[in-house]
Amino acid sequence: MSAEPASPPVEDAGQFVRAAFSNASFVTGFVITALIALMALVSFVWTPYDVINLTVANRMQPISAQHWFGTDHFGRDILSLIMMGARNSIAVAFVAVGIGMGIGVPLGCWAAARGGWIDEALMRFNDLVFAFPALLSAIMITAIFGPGAVNAIVAIGIFNIPVFARVARAGAMALWPREYVLAARASGKSATLITIEHILPNIASLLLVQGTIQFALGILAEAGLSYLGLGAQPPMTSWGRMLFDAQTRMMVAPHLAIFPGLAIVVTVLGLNLLGDGLRDVLDPRLRRQR
Amino acid sequence: MKIIVPVLAAAAIALASGTAFAQRADVVIGVVLEPPHLDPTAGAAAAIDEVVYANLFEGLTRIGPTGEVLPALAESWEVSEDGLTYTFKLHEGVKFHDGAEFSSADVKFSLDRARAEDSTNAQKGLFAAIENVEATDPTTVTVTLSRPQGSFLYNMGWGDAVIVSEATAAGNMETPVGTGPFKFDSWARGSSVVLVRNPDYWGEAVALERAEFRIVPDAAAAIPALLSGDVHAFPNMPAGDALAQIQSDDRFEVVIGSTEGETLLSINNGKEPFDRLEVRQAIAHALNREEIIAGNGSGLGTPIGSHFSPANAAYVDLTDTYPYDPEKAKQLLADAGFADGISATLKLPPPPYAREGGQVIASQLRQVGIELEIIPVEWADWLSQVFTEKDYDMTIVSHTEPNDIDIYSRPDYYFNYQNESFNAIIAELDSTSDEEKRNELYGEAQRILAEDAVVGFLFQLPKIGVWDAKLEGMWENSPIPAIDLTQVKWAE
Amino acid sequence: MTLFLLKRVVIGLITLLVASVVVFSVMEILPGDPARIMLGMNATPEALATLREQMGLNVPLLERYANWVTGMAVGDFGNSYTYRSPVIDLIAERAIVSLPLAVISLALSTMIAIPVGIFAAARRGRMGDTVSMGTAQIGVAIPNFWFALLLIYVFAVWLRLVPAGGFPGWAGGIWPGLKALILPAVALALPQAAILARVTRSAMLEVLGEDYIRTARAKGMPRRTVLWRHALRNAMIPVLTILGLQFAFLLAGTIIIENVFYLPGLGRLLFQAINQRDLIVVEGVVMLLVASVVLVNILVDIAYAMVDPRLRSRA
Repeated sequence: MSAEPASPPVEDAGQFVRAAFSNASFVTGFVITALIALMALVSFVWTPYDVINLTVANRMQPISAQHWFGTDHFGRDILSLIMMGARNSIAVAFVAVGIGMGIGVPLGCWAAARGGWIDEALMRFNDLVFAFPALLSAIMITAIFGPGAVNAIVAIGIFNIPVFARVARAGAMALWPREYVLAARASGKSATLITIEHILPNIASLLLVQGTIQFALGILAEAGLSYLGLGAQPPMTSWGRMLFDAQTRMMVAPHLAIFPGLAIVVTVLGLNLLGDGLRDVLDPRLRRQR
Repeated sequence: MKIIVPVLAAAAIALASGTAFAQRADVVIGVVLEPPHLDPTAGAAAAIDEVVYANLFEGLTRIGPTGEVLPALAESWEVSEDGLTYTFKLHEGVKFHDGAEFSSADVKFSLDRARAEDSTNAQKGLFAAIENVEATDPTTVTVTLSRPQGSFLYNMGWGDAVIVSEATAAGNMETPVGTGPFKFDSWARGSSVVLVRNPDYWGEAVALERAEFRIVPDAAAAIPALLSGDVHAFPNMPAGDALAQIQSDDRFEVVIGSTEGETLLSINNGKEPFDRLEVRQAIAHALNREEIIAGNGSGLGTPIGSHFSPANAAYVDLTDTYPYDPEKAKQLLADAGFADGISATLKLPPPPYAREGGQVIASQLRQVGIELEIIPVEWADWLSQVFTEKDYDMTIVSHTEPNDIDIYSRPDYYFNYQNESFNAIIAELDSTSDEEKRNELYGEAQRILAEDAVVGFLFQLPKIGVWDAKLEGMWENSPIPAIDLTQVKWAE
Repeated sequence: MTLFLLKRVVIGLITLLVASVVVFSVMEILPGDPARIMLGMNATPEALATLREQMGLNVPLLERYANWVTGMAVGDFGNSYTYRSPVIDLIAERAIVSLPLAVISLALSTMIAIPVGIFAAARRGRMGDTVSMGTAQIGVAIPNFWFALLLIYVFAVWLRLVPAGGFPGWAGGIWPGLKALILPAVALALPQAAILARVTRSAMLEVLGEDYIRTARAKGMPRRTVLWRHALRNAMIPVLTILGLQFAFLLAGTIIIENVFYLPGLGRLLFQAINQRDLIVVEGVVMLLVASVVLVNILVDIAYAMVDPRLRSRA
């Protein structure tokens, strides 16, 4: 807390990129995430096999040169399913983060700007949402509106709102007493304008790091919901859904459960490394610590 | 010390000599669903009957292992010429588990309770023909019907028609009191129900002293439980793909029997375009039953062509009425004016035969141009949306009630199917008691349904019974939902 | 301290009350008729109407809410629609599975994570740090139910050391019961331990960088003493926060894990009750879970105050 900057820290894009790509954690995470995203994108135009029309005669084939990861109980190629599933897992987690940011950040900034009872009310609302374990509320939401990918997004997104509200509020609160903000205030700018011009750019890095973490959590949450049969529904597939189908067949065909699980682990690992790397690069104080 | 030492020694001898010392008399039975409560007269759940039917509760008659009507609390009966008066002669010396004497008054109470205005019996229709029940003397009951009913004795053998005591009827959900060879011991909710031998049983005593029904919901848990010896028998095993592995293990006996579960692709006949025969015929031609059965886990099940159990004497094989022929299906759709295809919804309840079978069916129908949107629903929603409000295009469900072909004649049933000539046959059946004539009528009814392609007739749900090879006397088929343990014992 | 406690308790109670309104209204809009589910496909309309009456489903909404909340205040959670027995009994029967499971896994994860975190902090940048934190990084990414499936496959199916699922109850002795809880507890604990180890490590590093620790070291205090006596105590604050959060996480995690292992615990009870539209059971279990989260948060706040008296004034 010693050297407070007198003006907003200016991000030098080139410097940032150099710092980022000399960070091992960031590079590993970035490569993994990019590969998974690429895999999901490719699945829109091409997968090794057709997974829409079933060929039951081909069911539960072990790993082979034709089917690298084997086939499932409907004779579908597991590699193709994992590619298709990536889309879903990523889309659900991504939109859920979007919901959380889109609603949570304005709320948090508002609370920080106004303070007083609005701030207090927001914090109590946060406590209330946090009192419901996330998975519990997700189960209740999908029980009411029926299982499905869209409802899974809503359920996970709702839990993201207070997380982002809290982060945005904490970040903004620390900025309001700063000189350049006070100066802007003195010049008669409205709170909204100050938030947009000065606060948001400076908490963006915080939000980015939190976004990566929530993204990873979103992938895990989607897998959990789908595993309970509450997420993506056939013919749509997702990694959690594949594990749901695999559970009763593990004894005879363990490969059904191993590959989708590994896909989840690798993706979450990649995102977490990316998040850690980002934090190191963006927050010099923490970097010094490591 | 003086006492303990000899006891220990005896125990050591018992251990050393193993089963030769005493015949094994306990069994652990695995069941898929936990009964919501234990009163078969107040709930539709088959899980209740599986535990208590024939074991704990008895009716006037009972259904045997092959679906035949056998005497139970009534040792004999007489039917009047006009088929309206049934006189039951009851066994003497029968006691309820609480020690109360059983008599004709209990029969009157039970039947009157089941058909009363405020009854919550799930199968109230079974008692609809009863006009009066009279306890003529302590061991005689006279039942008068308002119309002749061919299936009356069969109906009285259902779990919903068991005889309960007035004093204990209200508590049967938690602590059931019946007249059967086993009595209730304990129920650890979510885990198991335990029955023990009734020492005061009026009939032939059972070989088992203790029977535990353990709740094991699916294959992932059932297989290890069986392999480890924790559970001795699964009368209805959710074996899935692991069945082959169990079959090859000679510690176990695997018996593939039949159930009364006709598994159907139900179609809403009251809704465009499914009200048109050509469209339903096209669906029938598009279904490949072999593949549907193969895609269903165990790969077992007998194809059916109408709504009747292949195990029944009156069964007619109609599977070739509309054989698998996708080209013909496309042609029929084109002729009906749907050359561009049809989109519809397919609502699927939770059992694997629906959720997994549904994906195979959707893939098959897609190939003839019928695009199905799959909507998974919980039982609760299925009952309200599909069954009650008839808000559906297609669904998959197994109709497990025995001998229930008459559902197609019900005016408000969820198929929305109306056919006067079919209704006439069912009405005639209701008043016919001659076996041969009944079978003939059943055949005709099956044929009408098959030709009308009312629904997609898929397969008869198999009963995959798996048990320890040394266990004897388990039922091979399940003509009614029951796990009858009265003849079960361990081989020497 | 008393004022601080009082404020926390009042806020907790208000949270519970608001939660009860939310839970009750959510359950009211849930589609499906509980009476129909109990009686099945062949039930007559009269039988359904009678059962609805008997189940008290015809009472006006507000009255039902009032009865429910006042009942809960004295420990009466109502009667289950499907089991027809008091909800509180059902909860008690299931809690003797879930509670030991949650406690064992919390203990397990704490016992693994804190030493590992301290170890890694003490050897920052060296081999031990890299390996343990690398493992933790992977641990965080593993979904606990998938880990559970792998555990079942290895320990129950291959090695046949422990049962693959189900629960024999405590009646047959402690050991068979514990044996059935080992795999589920490990499956729940390890991913949590990974998170906790990372938090412990960074909290320790943070504290070790503070001036007073450097002073202590400069004064010649042994490294070990500094680590254990001074640093750990102060590093406990963030660790406690995460522990509190993890308890809520564990409770929810048991829902999935109990489904994997077929344990008759609260999670399965809840899951079944939702599917059977046994609303009153769902409401009871949810309120209980929410209440335990609120309670744990209060306990964590108290623990904060005990670890760091400065925080009391801030509350």
